[in-house]
Amino acid sequence: MESDIILRVNGREWPLRVDTRTTLLDALRERLGVTSPKKGCDHGQCGACTVLLDGRRINGCLVLAVACDGSEVVTAEGLGTDGELHPVQQAFVDHDGFQCGYCTPGQVCSAVGMLEEVAAGWPSAAGRPVADTPVLDDAEIRERMSGNLCRCGAYANIVTAVRAAKEVSR
Amino acid sequence: MSARMFGAPVQRTEDERLLTGRGAYLDDLGADAYAAVFVRSPHAHARVRDVDVTDALDVDGLIAVYTHEDLTGPMAEPLPLLLPHPCIVDGRTPHALAAGYVHHVGAPVAMVVARDRYLAEDAAERIAVDYEVLAPVVGIEAAVAAEHVVHAGMSDNVAAHLVQEVGDARAAIAAAPHRLELDLDIERSACTPMEGRGVYARWDEAGGSLRLYSSTQTASGVRAAVAAKLGLDVGRVEVVVPDVGGGFGVKIMHPWPEEVMVPWAARRLGHGVKWTEDRREHFIAAAHERGQRHTVRAGFDDEGRLLGLDVEILHDNGAYLPYGVIVPIVTSTQLLGPYKPGAYRVEFRSLYTTTVIVTPYRGAGRPQGVFAMERTMDAIADRLGRDRAEVREVNLIRPDEMPYDQGLLFQDGRPLVYDSGDYPRTLRMVKELIGWEGFAAERERARAEGRRIGIGLACYVEGTGPGPYEGGHVQVGTDGRVRVATGLTSQGQGHHTILAQIVADELGVAMSDVEVTTGDTRRMPYSVGTFASRGAVMSGSAVALAARKVREKALRVAADALEADPGDLEIAGGRVHVRGVPGAGMDLGTVAVLSNPLRYAFDEASRAATQFARPADHAAPPVPEGDAPGLEGTDFHSPLRSTFANGAHAVVVETDPETAEITILRYCVVHDCGRLVNPLIVEGQIHGGVAQGVAGALYERMAYDADGQLLNASFMDFLVPYASEIPPIRIAHLETPSPLNPLGVKGAGEAGVIPGAAVIASAIEDAEGFPVRSMPISPSDLFGLRRRFAAGEIPPLRRAERARGRRANETGEPDV
Ligand code: FES
Ligand code: FES
Repeated sequence: MESDIILRVNGREWPLRVDTRTTLLDALRERLGVTSPKKGCDHGQCGACTVLLDGRRINGCLVLAVACDGSEVVTAEGLGTDGELHPVQQAFVDHDGFQCGYCTPGQVCSAVGMLEEVAAGWPSAAGRPVADTPVLDDAEIRERMSGNLCRCGAYANIVTAVRAAKEVSR
Repeated sequence: MSARMFGAPVQRTEDERLLTGRGAYLDDLGADAYAAVFVRSPHAHARVRDVDVTDALDVDGLIAVYTHEDLTGPMAEPLPLLLPHPCIVDGRTPHALAAGYVHHVGAPVAMVVARDRYLAEDAAERIAVDYEVLAPVVGIEAAVAAEHVVHAGMSDNVAAHLVQEVGDARAAIAAAPHRLELDLDIERSACTPMEGRGVYARWDEAGGSLRLYSSTQTASGVRAAVAAKLGLDVGRVEVVVPDVGGGFGVKIMHPWPEEVMVPWAARRLGHGVKWTEDRREHFIAAAHERGQRHTVRAGFDDEGRLLGLDVEILHDNGAYLPYGVIVPIVTSTQLLGPYKPGAYRVEFRSLYTTTVIVTPYRGAGRPQGVFAMERTMDAIADRLGRDRAEVREVNLIRPDEMPYDQGLLFQDGRPLVYDSGDYPRTLRMVKELIGWEGFAAERERARAEGRRIGIGLACYVEGTGPGPYEGGHVQVGTDGRVRVATGLTSQGQGHHTILAQIVADELGVAMSDVEVTTGDTRRMPYSVGTFASRGAVMSGSAVALAARKVREKALRVAADALEADPGDLEIAGGRVHVRGVPGAGMDLGTVAVLSNPLRYAFDEASRAATQFARPADHAAPPVPEGDAPGLEGTDFHSPLRSTFANGAHAVVVETDPETAEITILRYCVVHDCGRLVNPLIVEGQIHGGVAQGVAGALYERMAYDADGQLLNASFMDFLVPYASEIPPIRIAHLETPSPLNPLGVKGAGEAGVIPGAAVIASAIEDAEGFPVRSMPISPSDLFGLRRRFAAGEIPPLRRAERARGRRANETGEPDV
């Protein structure tokens, strides 16, 4: 079965006919040639496919493209503005927050979405009372970034990079 | 004069592209290629009676289905035995597609090619394979018992058997004042890079040539193997390695069945074909490592000095031996670490089981060896009531004993001779970093608060940068830019950056003017590959040597043009000039123009190189004898032996008295990889290694059931740690140069992972007061051990008993 949808990806509009089984990740990668989100598991377990869907971080492999009709998708490619890296991306460069880079587009999208969540006062499972205003210390960063695997184990520097990005975005 | 790049924490040149998602990994290529999928065995051991593809044929978009019957010539033969070590008793390797039998879950039985992946999966689902299920052989015990054999025609499951001995270890142990025996186990784990394997092939009918992209750690190895399988001259096969999303060892194995099937199909179909591995395939059909059992017998004196060491190893190599038996060979030799073992005997048996194959995973047998040796050191200390660091100290090789010959042959077939290192200093540094001396009081304080904490220590020596060789090609373009190529491949280690640093220094150019290519057989066909921490040692040395040649030529050509003596010239900031007279010189780009005598001028710059530009020496040919046109050079580094890096890790853990949860409080690393090319990159490598070491110690294991089904073949059930599990890591460097290469460097890629299981076991043992002999250890494992300990099935550590005695004395209870 096929459906006609419209996706807005990194500011550009794409009318598209998709097999209804197509995930957002596959639609982006295979149909639109937007390969910045990566596939690490296709089961929502690694975060390599993280993109921002209408501003919220999601796993592209867990969402069907048909369910995103009319939505705004931002990938790592679309984060920066005017040829400048997004502050989170710049922080990853400054603090050597990655090695092979495969998890990285997902990590940066996740970090961007996460910083928004903190700004909006969303609680996490890091152990603080839910009613408290979140304070983004290292334990919070680690917990809130714990949907994104990095097998290169660049975590130490990812945490530093996110901490630095938080400072900048203040 | 530009600042020296070697040793500087230079930011990686790879960064921006990868960050914005513009990296091009295998699956980002070949958008118009057909998609391949493989039908895989659901059984661990079976005879394939029939493969019925009829139903698949009506799937719209299906291009082809292949089984073993379609393969002829070398393609129908088993895949090669890559490392044919003489200890291999019966070396079995798989077929590209099952030839009558399958020997593990996940073995490829049929290949489906379709217009896209969705359709290929649809068709694959409709292929009916009729299996006659045979008895599985799962685990070391079943393999040894050999009630069933994995391979027809064998009477047991022993794939390889090797004994190495220096002195008479058994006699030395028998005569020693103290003796002990330990059984030590490590379970299976796997590399699981975030990007799985993948292959994309294009056949050029007109040129009769193949272009192959593979997510591999060895471009040249894949090239040779695929050429042989397809019956092509290697000159007709180009292998290009795109960005690779991690390897950690598993991608050094080649050729994979899929890696020959995809190009074979591409040639047959005259169309691009691509296969990318899915996560489940990676778990069941790539490779694992680590599963090994060790029996250690040690004889020692009153100070804890080893007099004799006798180790028997049982290694589970899975269903086949395509890569050979490097892992137990590495364990056998690297187990010795920084110590003098007295007399040493080591014997291993490598065993077939009906599980996926074993090939090296970062550390490659060293984590097991270090686990065995360091557990032994702790056990000796406990037996004698001595400090664990002190016992290590008396066994260390001293710096003035370097080079130190252990009397064995290493994995590369060359003598196990340590080239340099200061082991006592390494140990002292790590003790200081973690706070070894003050820890007893810290432990007691915690205990008084009802908390359990423990400290652990582990040392290792790592043979890095084995040969046979690696090459470098350095070329200065007429635009002054420097293009560097080396054959080994990069999976995130920052090779591009460190190689650019090295060449920038050697040639006196800015790093931003250096472009590096790795893993492209078009640019450097002679190569071995990325494994055994050999990037900096091998390719670093090779590009340095090649750059020196280029420098020498640049000075010669410029001297001629400037009518100066080459000895009076230097290169800095990309210009050759007379020493002390920066104005009197020319750009390297101009030197490149002059180095290539031209008949035709095609632009302003090239005029300078034509025969009319300058008065010529008519007695000499335009290209001097023995010289070649162009400002470029190729050289190879082929070392006598591996170089040996070393280090020590120390950790403090806390174990929850109730839930048995294990938390790392401090993790310290002292690391000596010779001269550091880039401390930033080395630290990144250590962070990554430690993350995998911690993972292997606390989280990751392969849960096979008795039928050979892998129960945890996903990132949901195989627990790769997230940021939330990996502790901050404190690192201190020592730099003992290697005398074996022009840069004085040693490898750094694997070090972080090596002592992980050993050091964490040591600390948990310290916290709990009873021995920990098998890893990994989960909270439920620890909980189980506590119960057995409480039931008297596990003896306490003597030092724990003594401490209890002390405490009891203080409270007036009787001593034990
Ligand atoms: S690919 Fe989507 S979470 Fe792993
Ligand atoms: S950088 Fe390689 S997986 Fe994260």
